[in-house]
Amino acid sequence: MRQGRLGTAPLLLLALLVVPVLAGLAGTLGPAFGLMPGSGRSALTLEPWRRLAAWPGLWPAARLSLVTGIGATALSLAITLLLVASLQGTGAFRLVARSLSPLLSVPHAAAAMGLAFLIAPSGWIARALSPWATGWVVPPDLLTLRDPGGFALMAGLVVKEVPFLVLMVLAALAQAQGTARATLASTLGYGHAMGWVKAVLPAIWRQTRLPVMAVLVYSMTSVDVAMILGPVLPPPLSVQVVVWMNHADPGYRLQAAAGAVLQLGLVLAALMAMVGVERVVGWCGRRWVVQGGRGLWLDRPLRVAAIGAAGLVAGSIGLGLLAMALWSVAQLWPFPAMLPQGYSPQVWIGQAGILLQGAATTLLIGVPATTLAVALTIAALQHEATRGLTGAGHLLWLLYLPLLVPQVAFLPGLQWLTLAAGWHGSVPLVAAVHVVFVLPYVFLSLAGPWRSWDKRAALVAASLGAGPVRILWQVRLPMLLRPVLTAVAVGLAVSFGQYLPTLLTGGGRVSTITTEAVALASGANRRIGGAYGLMQMLLPLMVFALAHWIPAILFRHRRGMAETA
Amino acid sequence: MAVEQGLWLDHLVIRRQGQPLLAVDAMITPGEVLTVMGPSGSGKSTLLAAIVGALPPGFQLTGRVVMNGSDVTAIATPKRRIGILFQDDLLFAHLSVGGNLAFALPPALRPRAARRDAVDQALELAGLPGFAARDPATLSGGQRARVALMRTLLAEPCALLLDEPFSRLDAALRDQIRRFVFALARQRALPVLLVTHDQGDADAAGGVVLQLGVG
Repeated sequence: MRQGRLGTAPLLLLALLVVPVLAGLAGTLGPAFGLMPGSGRSALTLEPWRRLAAWPGLWPAARLSLVTGIGATALSLAITLLLVASLQGTGAFRLVARSLSPLLSVPHAAAAMGLAFLIAPSGWIARALSPWATGWVVPPDLLTLRDPGGFALMAGLVVKEVPFLVLMVLAALAQAQGTARATLASTLGYGHAMGWVKAVLPAIWRQTRLPVMAVLVYSMTSVDVAMILGPVLPPPLSVQVVVWMNHADPGYRLQAAAGAVLQLGLVLAALMAMVGVERVVGWCGRRWVVQGGRGLWLDRPLRVAAIGAAGLVAGSIGLGLLAMALWSVAQLWPFPAMLPQGYSPQVWIGQAGILLQGAATTLLIGVPATTLAVALTIAALQHEATRGLTGAGHLLWLLYLPLLVPQVAFLPGLQWLTLAAGWHGSVPLVAAVHVVFVLPYVFLSLAGPWRSWDKRAALVAASLGAGPVRILWQVRLPMLLRPVLTAVAVGLAVSFGQYLPTLLTGGGRVSTITTEAVALASGANRRIGGAYGLMQMLLPLMVFALAHWIPAILFRHRRGMAETA
Repeated sequence: MAVEQGLWLDHLVIRRQGQPLLAVDAMITPGEVLTVMGPSGSGKSTLLAAIVGALPPGFQLTGRVVMNGSDVTAIATPKRRIGILFQDDLLFAHLSVGGNLAFALPPALRPRAARRDAVDQALELAGLPGFAARDPATLSGGQRARVALMRTLLAEPCALLLDEPFSRLDAALRDQIRRFVFALARQRALPVLLVTHDQGDADAAGGVVLQLGVG
């Protein structure tokens, strides 16, 4: 009986990933052709497309999505490969690996706001160079933020995607005998970086390409980062879709739907182009690899470049957060001073009520969403373990589905469907939608440790008379406490960072720290903006700290449970 | 004084966080096999990592690795020219059998026809003529082991380290591959260091046997 109930877990898990995405896509496609449930519009028409085409910003907005998305992805991947290829196994790399979780836990919007605090004309970088190098005594009239070329946007995306990609490459390396392959190439006379690219990268690419695709989709369609760092008039297409969605005239929603479908088309085209590039690079690569070039001379310059790039990525996030922290307690801070003239907790005291309320809502959404996601993941993995199934490769695609279909393409549809069903924006509804985005990350985080757990411990327990339930609760879960708590922390951090799902399903009535922060980011008050930006990253950091310390304290007398890495 | 040919492990001591893990002091002359035996956990693989210059973090090495009279202890792995065969053949799945071998050939060997000839010769020697275009995944365990050995030798190493390379092969095959490896190493006058926990390996090697303890 129990087996039967557990058997529904994988199905439920997949349904939770697939149904909202497909329903949302259908709910977007309908209005794009004039069919809108619950509004009395039911005639098939191309009118939304005509109105979309009439928007003069269409071509620049579409081009921005393509250029910044592809540019940010290519740059993130290049920096990731540079880091891993030239630093793997060195002391510097251990430092990089250790700083990954804190960097990853910072929500996109917080990292983008921090970057804005650095690169703005009155930001820390301009202050550091003024007036001695630049001669500026007032902030220069330069478009360093929200520049029309989208460079600030690309930078904001890159600093967040590099830590994610490095983590994904590390996970793949562990499964592909990465260290042994690197040593082998090295004993054959290959330089560190060249040996990695020729002997290790091809082995891990299969596991790395889905995360790269997710990065491409996110970079092309992010709304929160683009609202903070991206150009205006026109903004990238995804932002314009959201603007139309929230337009006072509901007629604009049809146009928004057409824009969302176009965005989906752009993403599909970019994904196909990526597969094409992959083929070409693979073909050329196989001819290049057998020529035997050892590339020893590359190691030194690449290592310098890699350390520089790692410093730039970690430094932008770290210094950005520091700048936000300072602004939130700054009194007068004139340009070009590096530090404020005085400090006061005034903003924090004044905003305490709203901040705490925002934090409470954030937790009320994140905790149930993560609990459900972790429970389902454990049930599905447990079912897989008891049935002796292994993770089927083709199901991995479904796990990535909510990350590969742009949020802006299916969330509008999902919003219309929920409204048509009579569910108005509420905390439980937002939490339910968050599960769709939390689930993939929780599953990816927990599946590896869960599957590689030594099953002989279960066998021993069973031979001592323990049933499957007791084995799960008294043997497996305690032994896997550390990865389970890490998965919880990952889930909470993902939920905390969600902007568009909260905004659209909440119907503007549910405010979390992240939606508040993004709303404030473009405002003039840096002190309040800084406080929200900082709060955004403090929440996930606290969660990760708990996930680290709870097992450390519980198992302080168990050397075999010590952290490995 | 004539330069002493061979691989000299001059008072090598490996420590782990300050605690001595193992100590080896040995000279392996060209064509000779030194067998290092010891239970798992005695640091056999760590010893090999130290000799090729890829000691994992947390370990410290004292003593010298001397190759044909020159101290290579501080030389980076790619320039040491000490070849290694692992327990797993680690053939690259993204390359053909010939591609795997060409990977090891020196880049100076040109043009492409010359590289192809070198690969074909190596395959001939391994008893696998015409296998260049094959996918390594379609090879049997014994064939893969022979390709892995040829790949190591094509990089023209000055010494050969064997990290239990026969333990994954079944008994009949093991003997055949063992003889193949030792014969080639002797023919090329390579000093060989074999680590194993299989007495059969030690007997087949026929050289000096060094026993490592735990701790």
